[in-house]
Amino acid sequence: MQVKNRHIVGWLEAAPLAVVLLGFLIAPIVMIVIVSFWGATEFSIYPAFQFDNYEFLFGSPVTYRVFGATLKYAFITWALTLAIGFTVAYFLAFHVRSLTMQIALFLVCTIPFWTSNIIRMISWIPFLGRNGIANQTLISWGVIDEPLEWLLYSDFSVILAFVHLYTLFMVVPIFNTMMRIDKSLLEAARDNGASGFQTLVHVIIPLTKPGIMIGTIFVVTLVMGDFITVRFMSGSQRANVGRLISNDIGLLQYPSAAATAVVLLCTVLIVIAILLRFVNIRKEL
Amino acid sequence: MERRPLSFYVLAVFFGLFVLFLYGPILTIGILSFQGPQGGLTFPMNGVSLHWFRDLFQEQAVGDIWGAFRRSFALGLMVMLTTVVVSVMAGLAFRKRFWGSGLVFYAAITSLVIPSILISLGVGLIFNQLGFKVHWATSGFGSQLTWTLPFGLLIMFAVFNRFDKSYEEAARDQGATAWQTLRYVVLPIIAPSLIGVALFGFTLSYDEFARTLLTAGSYNTLPLEIFGMTTNVTTPVIYALGTLTTAFSFAIIAAFLLGVWIMGKRRARLGSDAGKGV
Repeated sequence: MQVKNRHIVGWLEAAPLAVVLLGFLIAPIVMIVIVSFWGATEFSIYPAFQFDNYEFLFGSPVTYRVFGATLKYAFITWALTLAIGFTVAYFLAFHVRSLTMQIALFLVCTIPFWTSNIIRMISWIPFLGRNGIANQTLISWGVIDEPLEWLLYSDFSVILAFVHLYTLFMVVPIFNTMMRIDKSLLEAARDNGASGFQTLVHVIIPLTKPGIMIGTIFVVTLVMGDFITVRFMSGSQRANVGRLISNDIGLLQYPSAAATAVVLLCTVLIVIAILLRFVNIRKEL
Repeated sequence: MERRPLSFYVLAVFFGLFVLFLYGPILTIGILSFQGPQGGLTFPMNGVSLHWFRDLFQEQAVGDIWGAFRRSFALGLMVMLTTVVVSVMAGLAFRKRFWGSGLVFYAAITSLVIPSILISLGVGLIFNQLGFKVHWATSGFGSQLTWTLPFGLLIMFAVFNRFDKSYEEAARDQGATAWQTLRYVVLPIIAPSLIGVALFGFTLSYDEFARTLLTAGSYNTLPLEIFGMTTNVTTPVIYALGTLTTAFSFAIIAAFLLGVWIMGKRRARLGSDAGKGV
């Protein structure tokens, strides 16, 4: 009786969460899958069961190029955020000595997460523009004669914005795992004659792996699902899958957008399934 | 105290540069929003004035900023309250390891990692096909919850993983009912973390863009309004708006953090020293 009771109460308590996820996550996904088989005229969409949308999608060279670009953005951003995020977390966890200071500096790193992404993107314009701070500074230093054109509205600015927006998704989980490393392990390594670098490679990095994996999942999925950063920071000159979808939506071609969305979702889920092989999220919180 | 190694100074400089990278751009638009009336989108400053802030208050100039702000604020509060209540309930549920909890957990993780535009598109399509009108307080509200609830849930996991069960056992041994244990023991202990959940709920909703895009209907929330401005406004007025709304975010964050801090102080002052030994 007691056991049965536990399951019922558990479900009652989880019900609000389950209802929201059912209505606004599961149902939309199902809807997208259904609509991806529908047809569309210029003004409306109609129910059907046809593979036209997928045929068009897989038959077009643009699709492969855009998926390639999306994976490229994800990979470069991942590498940069990991390098920066790991270094920052390492400094906070092992070089800052007082807990108060650690918390304060950690908050400094996380506060931007609670502000607007769009404003943070806009705020790069005065830096990167043709007459922006970067170009003015470089010219006044004599490094360049002509303003660099590729600073804004290019792959460079897109990736810069991604790194700016998402590095803290690496810092937080990595810092979290690092704080749980037993300091006596580090002492043991040193007592046995390991150099600082050896301790880092053979003790800290292996123990930090779960945090790295969680950060990786965040960054990769955020970049792969993005459409707004690429659009804004490239001045609509670059494309990724998200933009492909949002362009179709803009043209009211919902079935085509839905088909692309299904393929994107599958890609993201496959990537995550691979990453989850390396970590048990629930254990790491 | 041990002498600091060279690596400390190298890493400290790196950290400093990272913080500059995080905050530099927003500080720049903060300064540039005080451009003179003739000033442009970048340096040099063409005089110093409040011109662009004044522009914001003249409604016709830049669209319905204040209406958008009111909606975003109301929506933020709605999402915040819902996130706190639903996350706590779900957090309690997951402690019971009920049958099927793994399924709900994976759904929540999916909700976190799914490309936002899918939520926007899917919810938009459903409302469309059912003949409902999308509105920020219905479809927009639900869509934003798919983003805030997983965060709330993850925080609750972190909280309950560290929760000392002996407090509850003590309460039960002394005859407290399940509800009394929750109300007078569990909730007060986890209260500071709930402020954290509330902070996530409000700020993530207030700044949400991608999931609200197709689900807000004809009345925009503030981020949507700002995004609309980026395509047709080419004056520092957009910096003024960015500065104001960021200042507002900072104020909100400060208020929440202050709340946690005060609660901690109060606790330290009023806490009993029982069990600490003499």
